Amino acid sequence: MSARTAAPAARRPRTTVPAARRSRSGAARRLTYLTLTAVAFFSALPLYYSVVVASRDNAALADVPPPLLPGGNLFANIARVFDTVPFALAMLNSVLVSGSIAIAVMFLSTLAGFAFAKLRFRGRNVLLVLTVATMMVPAQLGIIPLYMLMVKLEWTGTMYALIAPALINAFGVFFMTQYLSRALPTELLEAGRVDGCTTWGLFWHVVLPAARPAAAVLGMLTFMSAWNDYFWPLVVLTPEDPTVQVALSTLASGYVNDYVLGLAGTTLGTLPLVAVFALLGKQIIGGIMQGAVKG
Amino acid sequence: MATRAPDRLAAVPPDGPVRSRHRLRRHLVHQLDVKGSPYAYVAPFFLLFSAFGLFPLAYTAWVSLHEWTLLSDEHTFVGLDNFRALLADDYFWNATFNTLSIGVLSTAPQLLLAIWLAHLLNRPLRAQTFFRVTLLLPNVTSVVAVVVIFSQLFGRDFGVINWMLGWFGVDGVAWNEGVATSHVAISVMIMWRWTGYNALIFLAAMQAVPRELYEAATLDGASGATQLRKITIPMIRPTIIFVVITSTIGAMQVLAEPLLFGTYSISGGPDRQYQTLSLLIYENFTKLDFGYASAISWMMFVFIVLVAGVNYLLTRRAKGGLT
Repeated sequence: MSARTAAPAARRPRTTVPAARRSRSGAARRLTYLTLTAVAFFSALPLYYSVVVASRDNAALADVPPPLLPGGNLFANIARVFDTVPFALAMLNSVLVSGSIAIAVMFLSTLAGFAFAKLRFRGRNVLLVLTVATMMVPAQLGIIPLYMLMVKLEWTGTMYALIAPALINAFGVFFMTQYLSRALPTELLEAGRVDGCTTWGLFWHVVLPAARPAAAVLGMLTFMSAWNDYFWPLVVLTPEDPTVQVALSTLASGYVNDYVLGLAGTTLGTLPLVAVFALLGKQIIGGIMQGAVKG
Repeated sequence: MATRAPDRLAAVPPDGPVRSRHRLRRHLVHQLDVKGSPYAYVAPFFLLFSAFGLFPLAYTAWVSLHEWTLLSDEHTFVGLDNFRALLADDYFWNATFNTLSIGVLSTAPQLLLAIWLAHLLNRPLRAQTFFRVTLLLPNVTSVVAVVVIFSQLFGRDFGVINWMLGWFGVDGVAWNEGVATSHVAISVMIMWRWTGYNALIFLAAMQAVPRELYEAATLDGASGATQLRKITIPMIRPTIIFVVITSTIGAMQVLAEPLLFGTYSISGGPDRQYQTLSLLIYENFTKLDFGYASAISWMMFVFIVLVAGVNYLLTRRAKGGLT
């Protein structure tokens, strides 16, 4: 993509587009844009609709046709969310949990990815295959013994129960292995060795700086999925000390007919993530494109 | 690197027993560093996976062979009784049917749509980044948000979807009452959330396909659809297999959507019309019947392996038909 944007417009290789393709392209191209615009529209629509409902009152929900523009009650409804559930605490907990998980996953995945991508050791291939294979083990399967383990450790109701099992995952290791094996020149490491670097020195001075773009993407993806994690926090936390998702599920379950309250909370819990995504979406997409080439 | 180290040793010959002992120690430390640190670096993953992934898996099997509740400290060994009860349990088969039905309804159209979208995005387009970013937007939205919003859209009396169906003369549908309608509604939520994500994975794979193949095909007069069928799909087969398997695993574990769609009903609606296997596990978990819940978990694992295996074979077979 960068190669194309870098090329001056005048040098656009017109001749490589065959005539047959060009003659077809008019109608097909318009259809492509139409489809993609429709997809973009439907991707954003539910979020927009939640803002619309969150800014009105429950009576407006019975309107036919439904309201299409935001009303004026957004801040009143948000205030009600804070009155109903400990939302500020939930936000704080979510930031803490998602942040520490993201940092740990970035660091530990880069460490393991470095070993798999660039170091030679007995059993490397077997261990790498094992790592990928663990992605096939469904996480939910172990919920019951994991819960019993947390009871034993007396971690139920605390954030440790969320953080500890999520400190590293196979996807992260695989992702960093893929990235480092392509993006980190082996000569750089050899040069470091000649200069007398230990393996740890290489990791710290050469690998970590080189891994930064991919690690940032991995961190973002991890942060988002930790933020959105639903089932395990629901099982292991209490409504008094929740994460955002647990607080939202309280709103969505306890106040069945109060949709406005539910959607106000939902909007509030989702918007920070959407804002971050709007800012960094381009980098995240670029990272997925680089890291996921080989399935 | 390996050739360089002996060079240096030869270039500076040891001149005395003290220096050589020092050198030997340094050599050993270096050897330990080179041989040992790779294991140290991959160890955190395997240690954490053993503690929080593998151990629970094995322990679930052990618990499933017991009459095991949190209410009593006695855990009687009952052998395969839990599994026997399970196979005779109508709720279990109902949940299995619902899981498979929602799985097929959500996964099959989703993957076809994702491949098609990726194909559309794989051409030179204006505003590419914008379209790609919006594709991932639903995946950023939390599942609670998705279900609350969609439940509202699928409402019987005042929902937007029924309102739009009204234009075509269709009467209001009570989406959460019927088996088929509730499965469709839940599948739509799953599709909405995951189609774009999978499309991006497909797109990433498609960008690695050599351009020359398309250029040659275009010269031969092959249409876009033919190129998709004859070039793109065979070339990205490993990714298709990967996505099919991960989607299968995801579909077999669906929990949040049906749970929240029934406004937090762990039975999946009054008649269990959309109770999935995960939801059934959760129901028994909340009843503190851990032995039975563990047995369902293991049956679910068996199903996942079976369904993923069948899908793997089918996707591989599809390759044979195309090339």
